Amino acid sequence: MKFGVVVFPGSNCDRDIQDALQNDLNKEVIMLWHKDKNLDMFSTQDGIILPGGFSYGDYLRCGAIARFSPMMQSVVEFANKGGKVLGVCNGFQVLCESQLLPGILLRNANRQFICKNVFLKGADNKTLKIPIAHGEGRYYAEDKILDRLEANNQVIFQYCDQKGSVNAAANPNGSLRNIAGIKNEAGNVFGMMPHPERATKQALGNVDGKIILQTLLMN
Amino acid sequence: MIFSVQVKVMPLKELLDPQGKAVLGGLTNLDLRSIKDVRIGKNIALQIEAETAEQARAAAEEATKKLLANPVMEYFEIEIS
Repeated sequence: MKFGVVVFPGSNCDRDIQDALQNDLNKEVIMLWHKDKNLDMFSTQDGIILPGGFSYGDYLRCGAIARFSPMMQSVVEFANKGGKVLGVCNGFQVLCESQLLPGILLRNANRQFICKNVFLKGADNKTLKIPIAHGEGRYYAEDKILDRLEANNQVIFQYCDQKGSVNAAANPNGSLRNIAGIKNEAGNVFGMMPHPERATKQALGNVDGKIILQTLLMN
Repeated sequence: MIFSVQVKVMPLKELLDPQGKAVLGGLTNLDLRSIKDVRIGKNIALQIEAETAEQARAAAEEATKKLLANPVMEYFEIEIS
């Protein structure tokens, strides 16, 4: 299994995820320039990552212009064929704008750019410590969409406290229902605001991100 | 003919607008206490070549629906001058 990492003008976590996948998870990684559109070297057994950072200055809305880049057209096709796609932070915003995932990410409720470790509760109820770093991470969708996400088990991560309790105090940005990450109905497109690629080695003081990358992409 | 078209894009009324809230705080600091709410959106000015105002409106509407506004979080109004 190999991975493609899309590089937009303004991406700044692209090298981090490349390093995490190559050096900490021993996977082949190909960097993909946003102006190219060839994904022929990937099969649906492979994965494409939309990294964190910014894209096209995040003008208009975060991820709005990236959605129409040549490479994103190919990524949408790849996702629709069943290939795995993971968007982290700005990548999550791009996936929402591309309508590969429902909802949208709005300015944090407290108006601050938040950069710190948070705790996440995943599908298996295990608590993971992962860093966040964003100004627009407040997940929003209509109630009926949120209900559907929960009913279909599409909420993959919720902000929680160290003990795993999902509550308002543990919600850093005002996301509805503490949502930190979701997947699409088919289960092959994942978006999350926290940065697993910043937590994949002991030298970084945290290896919980490795578990996330393995669980989402390598199962 | 070239039409000047203004697209007003605003955050949906039910959504918290942190930018508006911050500005309201600034206005309160200036003692402008009669102002009770602030919401901030965008005004996008387009120059559109079309034969009629209706065509210009249709072009602006297509651009807005495809890119300029996201209906999940925003509503829009189009004005042609």
